[in-house]
Amino acid sequence: MTLIAVARLMAAKDLRVELRSRVVLNQVLPFAAVVMVLFGFALDNDGILPQVAPGLIWLATMFSLLIVVQRAFAVEAADGALDALQVAGVRPAGIFLGKAAALAVQLFVLQIGLVFGSVLLFNSKLHPGGLVLLLVTLVAATLGMTFVGTIYGGLAAGATGRETLLPLLLLPVVAPVLIGATRATEASLSVGGTSMREGWAWIALLATFATLFGIGGSLAFGSLLEDQ
Amino acid sequence: MRMTTMRGPTSTRFTRGLGILTLIGMAWFVAFGLIFSPNDQVQGKGVRILYIHVPTAWLAYLAFIVTAVASAAYSWRRTRSLTWDRIAGASAEVGVLFMGITLLTGSLWGRLSWGTYWVWDSRVTTTAFLFITYVGYLAVRGLGGSHHQRARRSSVVALLAVLEIPLVHFSVQWWRPLHQGESVSSGKLSGLMLFSFFIGMIVFTMLYAWLVIHRQRVLAMQDAQEDRGLDAALAERRSEAVAIATTGASR
Amino acid sequence: MEPVVELVEAVAVLGRFPAVAGVSMRVDRGEIVLLRGPNGAGKTTLLRLCAGLLPLERGTGRVLGCDLAGQRQLIRTRVGLLGHNNGLYADLTVRENVRFWGATVGASNEEVAASMATMGLDGRLASVQVGRLSAGQKRRTALACLVARRAELWLLDEPHAGLDAAGRDELDATLHAAVAAGATVMVASHELERAGSLATRVVDVVGGVVALAGPTSEATNLRAADGTEHPAAAGKR
Repeated sequence: MTLIAVARLMAAKDLRVELRSRVVLNQVLPFAAVVMVLFGFALDNDGILPQVAPGLIWLATMFSLLIVVQRAFAVEAADGALDALQVAGVRPAGIFLGKAAALAVQLFVLQIGLVFGSVLLFNSKLHPGGLVLLLVTLVAATLGMTFVGTIYGGLAAGATGRETLLPLLLLPVVAPVLIGATRATEASLSVGGTSMREGWAWIALLATFATLFGIGGSLAFGSLLEDQ
Repeated sequence: MRMTTMRGPTSTRFTRGLGILTLIGMAWFVAFGLIFSPNDQVQGKGVRILYIHVPTAWLAYLAFIVTAVASAAYSWRRTRSLTWDRIAGASAEVGVLFMGITLLTGSLWGRLSWGTYWVWDSRVTTTAFLFITYVGYLAVRGLGGSHHQRARRSSVVALLAVLEIPLVHFSVQWWRPLHQGESVSSGKLSGLMLFSFFIGMIVFTMLYAWLVIHRQRVLAMQDAQEDRGLDAALAERRSEAVAIATTGASR
Repeated sequence: MEPVVELVEAVAVLGRFPAVAGVSMRVDRGEIVLLRGPNGAGKTTLLRLCAGLLPLERGTGRVLGCDLAGQRQLIRTRVGLLGHNNGLYADLTVRENVRFWGATVGASNEEVAASMATMGLDGRLASVQVGRLSAGQKRRTALACLVARRAELWLLDEPHAGLDAAGRDELDATLHAAVAAGATVMVASHELERAGSLATRVVDVVGGVVALAGPTSEATNLRAADGTEHPAAAGKR
């Protein structure tokens, strides 16, 4: 099977599992909403909320990323499916790309929700001129985060004492995404000091991030799976 | 059953010589750093922290590079050897140590010079991230499994860190462009101060090499001990097999 | 003809524990080999080793002509392993699971349907989510996935567990059919009578090593790992 075919098979399977179980819809989305509300409580200042909203959106995304990645690999570990995928000789790069793609779709849906949450809770204003930038930011940042999440999720999957490693490994690595995506989102929502041109420059960083980890993950995923 | 004899100290003539040189160098360094070199016109006595801070920062990055190169050497099939993995691990341990010292001394110096313990510029933030990444790397090394499994996992994490560091560096730099003239080598260093820095760099590099060589050997001994454990476990398992078979046969 | 499995003093470890402590055995094409032995003997690890899932710590081994030391990835696509877990996705239906695993080898819809029919899953059960099935039904689903994957070497770990009499008959028929089509089977089992009639050869695994055995029989010679015969065995003959 070609790499794309394997990836498509894995992604379709993961998305079908989510459609049936609705874990992201019923559990992670509400969790993200709660996090946003808690931010409101903690910051307690209506004036600055629109200013910091972009950062809060991406913080909430990152916390949700942890949960979604662990869920994605728990599905595999539950009945030894990851093992079975290895025995079946399914190409690890294909598993990687497929799982990352499915994660990206789920996270993208989550973020649309978060953006609307920000409009609701933090009084963010969507500008028609910034919408394209916003959407591109969502796509580029999501891809980068899910690539990294899939890599470290694969490393941390399975044995007990490993899942707790995931936040420690994952969060520092996605820090550049947090910085870049927040700045670009600020530009698209016309808050903070970032101009539209700078916003697009940050997209370049996000795209580089996603490309590097997409390639790195495809190459490395096989060795990570080996030690299950 | 194989009898591996890796007992005894990990020193050789070379490391003993290196160690003695390092000690002498350290004594020189302390003398110059604390006593002979003058105070800075602007920073006063505070500049002496930099004598430690700059070399340890240099070493932290050197250690990181060594870990990355050693991990790459392990990953490439032609040079695959557990020695590379152990070098990577030893260098990371020493690197974490030096990085911690760098962050601590840097923070103290910042307090003295600018009044703040922390500053959000690319160099400081990247070092802090490197520190956390290494802590994570060491945690991954401790996950267990066979030696090659450990080596494989760790080399992936180290090489991904190589990708990550420039990304962190550039994103922080664009976010907060360098604002203060924190470059130490701005030309107003007197001859003795420069000399102290120079000694510091050399001495700390020797210290790094000495630590990593010894640590790598200790790790090799640990691995050998675990292998010996395997021999013993094999022998035990087989004798158990014969015992079960015997009781079965005699029934 | 080249054997399907050939191990010489193979050692495989779980963590630090040598679960397989020096196994030498050979399996030829078309055999149904029963691995017999107490719990903890290393049967599961031996099967996983032959599936190419575990690295070979010591010794040598070849499976389907590929070296266990360096060509494990090649071995995997041609081997089917059914372990204690079923490798199924609880949220997907039986049909979706079999279709997924069949798709990993490019099986057509007809092949998938045929696999499901072989294990009696083509009726009402086909659209039931696997999480809702009984243990035996899950087992049958996992076996259907194995059939769909057209493996050359079948490695089954306690496959009869959880199946009722009809299920076990179906399983045996499936195995015979697979062998008739050219596959080779290794089964680890406690079910001595059932597996005894199914198998062409019995191999005793005890304490991580293999005690030599002939065709389906009780008597075994006892040899320690280094080849010396145990005095008790010598007296027995």
